[in-house]
Amino acid sequence: MDKTIPAVIKKYNGDETRLMDILIDIQAELGYLSDATIARIAKTLNIPQVDVEQTVSFYHFFAREPRGRYTVYLNDSVVAQFHGRAAVVRAFEEAAGCAFGQVSPDGCIGLFDTACIGMSDQEPAALINDVVFTSLTPAWAREIVAGLRAGKTVAELQGDRLGDGQNAHPLVHAMVCNHIRRRGSMVFDDYQPGAALRRVVALSSSEVIAQVKAASVRGRGGAGFPTGMKWEFARKAPGDVKYIFCNADEGEPGTFKDRVILTELPQLVFEGMAIAGYAVGARQGILYIRNEYRYLRAYLEQVLSDMRANNLLGPLIVGQAGFNFEIKIQYGAGAYVCGEESALIESAEGKRGEPRDRPPFPVEKGYLQRPTVVNNVETLCSVVKVILNGPEWYNNLGTAESKGTKVLSVSGDCEWPGIYEVVWGFSVNDILKMVGARDVQAVQVGGPSGACIAPKEFNRILAYEDLATGGSLIIIGRQRDLLPEVVLNFARFFRDESCGSCVPCRALTGMAQIVLEKIIAGRGTPTDLDRLSAWSAIMKRNRCGLGQTALNPIVTTLKNFRGLYDQRIKAGDDRFEPAFDLAAAVRDYDRAVAGT
Amino acid sequence: MATFVKFTLDGKIYLSEDGAPLVEAARACGVFIPTLCNYTGIPPKGACRICTVLINGLPATACTTKVVEGLNVQTSTPELESFRQAIVEILFAEGNHLCPSCEKSGSCELQALAYRYRVTVPHFPYLFPRRDVEAWHPKLLKDHNRCIQCKRCIRGIRNPAGKALFAFGKRGDRVVINIDPVTSQNISDALAQQAMDICPVGAILRKGKGFDVPIGRRTYDRTPIGAELRS
Amino acid sequence: MPKKIIATASLAGCFGCHMSFLDIDERLLDLIELVEFDKSPFNDLKEFSRACDIGLIEGGCCNDENVHTLINFRQRCRVLVAVGECAIMGGLPSLRNVIPLQECLAEAYLHGPTVAGGATPNVIPHDPDLPKILDRVYPCHEIVKMDYFLPGCPPRADLIWDALVALVTGQELKWPYATFKFD
Repeated sequence: MDKTIPAVIKKYNGDETRLMDILIDIQAELGYLSDATIARIAKTLNIPQVDVEQTVSFYHFFAREPRGRYTVYLNDSVVAQFHGRAAVVRAFEEAAGCAFGQVSPDGCIGLFDTACIGMSDQEPAALINDVVFTSLTPAWAREIVAGLRAGKTVAELQGDRLGDGQNAHPLVHAMVCNHIRRRGSMVFDDYQPGAALRRVVALSSSEVIAQVKAASVRGRGGAGFPTGMKWEFARKAPGDVKYIFCNADEGEPGTFKDRVILTELPQLVFEGMAIAGYAVGARQGILYIRNEYRYLRAYLEQVLSDMRANNLLGPLIVGQAGFNFEIKIQYGAGAYVCGEESALIESAEGKRGEPRDRPPFPVEKGYLQRPTVVNNVETLCSVVKVILNGPEWYNNLGTAESKGTKVLSVSGDCEWPGIYEVVWGFSVNDILKMVGARDVQAVQVGGPSGACIAPKEFNRILAYEDLATGGSLIIIGRQRDLLPEVVLNFARFFRDESCGSCVPCRALTGMAQIVLEKIIAGRGTPTDLDRLSAWSAIMKRNRCGLGQTALNPIVTTLKNFRGLYDQRIKAGDDRFEPAFDLAAAVRDYDRAVAGT
Repeated sequence: MATFVKFTLDGKIYLSEDGAPLVEAARACGVFIPTLCNYTGIPPKGACRICTVLINGLPATACTTKVVEGLNVQTSTPELESFRQAIVEILFAEGNHLCPSCEKSGSCELQALAYRYRVTVPHFPYLFPRRDVEAWHPKLLKDHNRCIQCKRCIRGIRNPAGKALFAFGKRGDRVVINIDPVTSQNISDALAQQAMDICPVGAILRKGKGFDVPIGRRTYDRTPIGAELRS
Repeated sequence: MPKKIIATASLAGCFGCHMSFLDIDERLLDLIELVEFDKSPFNDLKEFSRACDIGLIEGGCCNDENVHTLINFRQRCRVLVAVGECAIMGGLPSLRNVIPLQECLAEAYLHGPTVAGGATPNVIPHDPDLPKILDRVYPCHEIVKMDYFLPGCPPRADLIWDALVALVTGQELKWPYATFKFD
């Protein structure tokens, strides 16, 4: 420990804005971040201990206490539950000899829940010391624990299980599968690295932006902001130093498209970033990628250095004097809210991922207070194709307001979960047919922050003008008990992931969970349903998208599946509160005096 | 010298310095916009949301909004007022606010706003969270039961070396405000008092101080918060 | 106009709210013209003799007897009013809500510094005649529907008077600032 902390901090030039990297590296060496470690980091960086603590304690993957020599982070998402997570949990717990949330008595195995790790098409899945294990079974869970106890490495336990495509690349070496079920013309199509960059240097920066605008490219993260406009704002913002971020923090449960794109086509994404840099006048790009995808790090670094070697990054890109662009990779540490662009920027500055107030917008004052563009992985891919094929080609794809294609992450109760690249305008029914979904009760469109829709709406189309989506569809079969199995899981998720800054989001996510549990337990009243609806209006006044949409799982099911709520509501004498249970309330006392 | 702009508050045109924080500008015009996490002189945060107003018809927090030429503000609508009341009620239900035993009672901004809205009982479930009282610091007492996580102490209090004394820990409904053991060492009584004063509630107290103003003469005993202003 | 029938009870409270009620002083004589008391500590009537118009509840519920009393009041009173902080939010007794009951009982009866060591081992009181302690103190509205809430610790006598007049006459309560307090 003596040498690790100063060495790591020196590596990052004692720069406190690199605190995320510093903490990640130190934890990788020391296993966890003790009080003494935090005090030492604070002292070396000359910042208050509480400032180190505030960042550490914000992120799920930073450990303040030992989490075992081997730490199992088992995904706790709805889709994992659908595919037998409960049995896997039991197997892990029995084999390890501890419950989830604990470390085994011998200190060997730590078992922890984690939010969706981006493997929804191969659940149940877990991260064990940065190695991904997919399609887990109880038998395999027991085998893993026994193997680790017997001294095997995680890599040995993975064995020769390798996924398709670049997952089998020696530097990735993961059992993760791509499951690309349908390729479209924009992302998963032929790609000649560097061709777009060579095309770009024949244009002025404003001509590049004009092309992106002419193609009406809109952000693929879900909000749909016009990309060309964003670039133009940043280009016109005063300042010499500007930044391009690629947002690869996809934390929306059920979403995994960025993982597949970055596995198969990282160059396409990086090329898009360089084009953005050219258009905006930025020399530095940062790929902010979620910690769950750290298994890609050696591979992504290799791709970057290959690009440098081929003059597609670095100074003199494609030989153009003055076209300098570098890309570095910033890892997150487990916080859904960091997918929000201003929270992502805060996080990249080494701070808590708390969304900023706007204005100023990131394009004016973003990373380190400099003009900053944050684009989704898929958005950057589409820009490359617009440059190569022209705006007209792009505008011929899709609907009136939604051009190009959309990469969908499909999971849940269907035959062929995976990645589907479709032009905008497909109806939900079209997609359900394509993915082999039968007996569908509901579809969660756009993840928990989106909408849970009923069959009567399956004729709606995926498009910004109808069902806007970041691209995740979780299919919920008839056999699922929607409120406890889906809505409650999502409610818990938002409670866990709220940053805690805005009052409504911090408090109402938890309060809504309590009311929902009460309703599920058959102790809800009609007033409780009215409350939940009223609270969603209060939530709309939160600062960021997470807070504004955090009650959507409840609100959209209240709207589309009202009957499921009504049938659990106690109709009775409204003078008495059905949630109060006298027998339960005296149980502690009975226990305390038992046997005395 | 500052330049001046005209802006509209509830249909009336006023003059303000260009770029002034809207809550301050409105105050200068005699219009009260309730605040909790805002504190004059420290950077605004927009965390409590209680100062939400309508700017050109769209909701925005007045503490983080700067006045510009032609800004059109509605400070009060029935919907805004019921939202503000809800924020107060949520805060009462979220923590453990035992006014009768609190040193800050009578001078507490949260309580004063509850009086303003005549909150008799929160329409939100009491959480009775399990929180600590931190008494290790020689001069400060931190009662987490009363903390409303407004971050005023985090943003506003610095030691003579310019280092923060307070910071957030954890996230979501687990957030907690921590006191730094090093930067808060040997702080002066004046700084401890400043920390107590910047806290809108009774979460930061100076040790050995409290209940020194008799009931009836505390800040909000007779005078409602914002009473000096039109609302 | 027939007199309104009032009942009152103190659950997990300190009787301070009842004391404050008496602080309406000579207005008690006016009150007696308007109302009649049924079950209440004021007249020491232990049982309801009839259906009541107004029930005033001081204190939250800390044991099962409180719960039975409160439910009984809800059944017998047309309008139920939570009087004071304890009835509204648990009040000072609810300080224990953040501590598990077992720990509270152990501190109070087994290991606390004020527990006298004697020849017989310390026990947590438990007798069929004693009420059972609840896991936490419950504000009244978490158990039955409460119609109105009068804040204060105790509510000011003037507020209690204003509220009673409003309830008896059907006029709206103005909630003057001077008497709207939480302490």
